[in-house]
Amino acid sequence: MRLLIIEDDRDAADYLVKAFREVGHIADAANDGEDGLAMAMDGQYDVLIVDRMLPKRDGLSVIGTLRTKNIETPALILSALGQVDDRVKGLRAGGDDYLPKPYSFSELLARVEVLARRHGGREETVLRVGDLELDRLSHQVRRGSEEITLQPREFRLLEYLMKHASQVVTRTMLLENVWDYHFDPQTNVIDVHISRLRSKIDKGFSQPLLHTVRGAGYMIRDGAR
Amino acid sequence: MTALGKLFRTTTFKLTLVYLTVFALFAAFLLAYFALNTRRLITEQITETVDAEITGLSEQYRLGGIRRLVIVVDARARRPGSSLYLVTTFAGEALAGNVNALQPGILDNPGWTETTYRRLDEAEQPEHADHPEHEHLALARVFQLPGGFRLLVGRDLDERERLYHIIVDAGRWSIAIVLVLGLAGGLFVTRRVLRRVDAMTETTKTIMAGDLGGRLPLAGTGDEIDRLAENLNAMLERIEALMHGLKEVSDNIAHDLKTPLTRLRNRTEQALRNATSEAEYRAALEATIEESDGLIATFNALLMIARAESGQSGDMREFDAAEIANDIGELYEPLAEEKGIALKVEASDAAPVRGNRELVSQALANLVDNAIKYTEPVGEAVNRAEGTMPEIVVRALNAGDRILLTVSDSGPGIAEADRSRVVERFVRLEQSRSKPGSGLGLSLAAAVARLHGGELTLEDNHPGLRSVIALPRGGPVQSTG
Repeated sequence: MRLLIIEDDRDAADYLVKAFREVGHIADAANDGEDGLAMAMDGQYDVLIVDRMLPKRDGLSVIGTLRTKNIETPALILSALGQVDDRVKGLRAGGDDYLPKPYSFSELLARVEVLARRHGGREETVLRVGDLELDRLSHQVRRGSEEITLQPREFRLLEYLMKHASQVVTRTMLLENVWDYHFDPQTNVIDVHISRLRSKIDKGFSQPLLHTVRGAGYMIRDGAR
Repeated sequence: MTALGKLFRTTTFKLTLVYLTVFALFAAFLLAYFALNTRRLITEQITETVDAEITGLSEQYRLGGIRRLVIVVDARARRPGSSLYLVTTFAGEALAGNVNALQPGILDNPGWTETTYRRLDEAEQPEHADHPEHEHLALARVFQLPGGFRLLVGRDLDERERLYHIIVDAGRWSIAIVLVLGLAGGLFVTRRVLRRVDAMTETTKTIMAGDLGGRLPLAGTGDEIDRLAENLNAMLERIEALMHGLKEVSDNIAHDLKTPLTRLRNRTEQALRNATSEAEYRAALEATIEESDGLIATFNALLMIARAESGQSGDMREFDAAEIANDIGELYEPLAEEKGIALKVEASDAAPVRGNRELVSQALANLVDNAIKYTEPVGEAVNRAEGTMPEIVVRALNAGDRILLTVSDSGPGIAEADRSRVVERFVRLEQSRSKPGSGLGLSLAAAVARLHGGELTLEDNHPGLRSVIALPRGGPVQSTG
C-alpha cells in the first residue's frame, strides 16, 4: 500500500513514515499543502493522510481540490480539532475518515487499512469468513449448519467486523460505525459487546474466528488459513 | 486637533450649518418677495388714486373752466393728508395748489414722474423751514388741460418708502437673529453630543486597554445615542462573561492537567533511575502510554465541558430523548449484566427535544456509567439468581414542558451535603480513588444540561441515587441581549 502523509510537523511526519514502513507499507511525506496537493495529483497513492492545519494550503482545501479534479483517493484527516462539528466539516469537505490528535498509531493504521480496502471494493450481499456466513438482506447468520440468532446491534457489529475481515478494527471505529457515537465512553463497553458476540459465534466451535488484537482492537478472520 | 476644530468637524455642526444656510436663504427670499410686492402694490394704489383725481379734476375743468378747477383744487389741497395739487398756466405760474419747490422742468413733461417737493403749509412752519430733508419724494402725474393749463396731481411716497424700509429692516434683523441663535443652538447641541461621544470614546479606550469592566455612560434620555450605548453595554457584558468563562476554564485546565502530568513525569523519572532490565523499561513505557491516554481523555473531557459551558452547542436539532435512553441502555446493558446488575430502560413514549444529540448521549452515558460503577452486586452467590440482582433503571419521561432523562440505581447514593460539590470538576467522593474514573463525568453531564437550558439534579432513590437531566422541550431559550 502506498501512502502520502501531508503533515507540517516534520517529526510527526517522519515518525509516521517510519512506522508505516515497519509494517510493510510505502509512505511519502509532504510538509505543506501545496506540495501535498502536487504529489497527490498523480493519483498513485492508495490513501492520503492529511493534517487539517497546514501551511500554504489547509488540509480541507487540498482534499476539496482533489475531489473537484475527480481524484478519489481516500483521505483520512488528522486534526487537533476533535469535536463532532469539526468532524462533520471534515467529512463534508471530501474526507473519508477523521481522526483527532493525539492518536495512537494502531488506531491510524487500522483506519488507513480499512480505507484502502474500501476503495474499489464492492458491496457483497453475503459476507463469509471461514464457515461463518452473514446474509445482509435476510439478516440471517449461520455458522456451518447452525443458525445463529443475533440482536439487531449484534448483527450490525458482526456485519462491520466481517466487512473488514482480516483487518484490525479498533474500539473507536466500532463505536463510530456501529453505534454512531463519537465520544469516549469512560468504561470499555465495546469489550463486553464483543465477548457477548464471541460467545454466540465462537462458543462450541473448535476454530475461533473473532480475535482480540492486543493494544489495537479486534479482527475477524478464518484461523485455518 | 483643537477643541474648536473638533467641534466644527462633527456631523451635528455640519448639519446645523446646512440647515442655517437653507433657512437664512429661504427667509431672505421670502422677505424680499414680501417687500417688493408691498412696494409694487402701494405704487399701484397711488397711481390709481392719482388717475381718479385727474379724471375728476379734468371733469371739473370741463364743466366750469379754470375758475372752477382752481376752487376745487384749493378746497381739496387744504384737507389734511391730502394729495399734492398744482395748477399752473402755460407759462408755469401757479394758480392753485399746495406744492412748492418742485424740480425744474417737471411740468414740461406730461405723464408720470417721481419728484421731490415741498409742501406749502410746511414752508410756513419756521422750525421746519431750514430742514432741506423736508423735501419729500412724490409720485406725480402732469396733465395737459385743454387751454394750455397744466394740472399736477401726486401722492407722497414717504409712506411707501417707510413701509419698505420697515420690512427690509425686519428682514435683516430676523436673518441676523436666526443666524446667531441657530449658530449658538448648533454649537450647544454639537457640544452636548460631542461631550457624550467623547465620553464614550474615553470608555472604549479604557476597555481596549484591557479593563473589560468599563461601561458606556448613559444620559438617561432614551435617545438614539443612549440606545446605542445600551446595546454596546449589553455586548460588553456578554464579552466580559465570555472572557471570564474562558479565563476560568483555562486556569482550571492548567491546574487540573498539571497534577497528572507531574505524576507521569515522576513515573518516567523513577523508571529511568531504578529500572534495570528491558522488561522493566517496557513496563514503565507501557504505563506511561496508558497514563498519557488517560491524560488525553481528561483533556478531551475538559475541553468538551469548557465548550459546553461557554455556550458552544454545535449542532442543535430535534431528536427523541427516548431513543437515546434506549440506545445508551443497550450500549451499557452487557457491561451491567457482566457485573451482575440488571439494566432496564423505561422509555416507551417519544420524548422529542431539541439539542445536541451527541452531547446529551454522552451526558446520559456518563450517568449510566457512574451508576454501574458504584452499584455493588449483592453477593457472588446470589447475584445471578433472578430477582435478587440490583437494578439500574434508565427512563425518558415527559414532564410538562420538560423532558427528563433519569438514571436510578440502588448503590450507596450521595449524601445530600455532597450533592452540589460532586458536580464540580475532579471531585470524587471516594477518598481511596480505587474506582476508575476522572471525576469529570458529572461535571460534563451538568454542563450539557445547562447548555440546553436545563439542569442536572441528584436525588435520593431510597436507597441509591437518582440522577436527573431535565431538558426544556424546545431547547435552550435564546437570550437576546
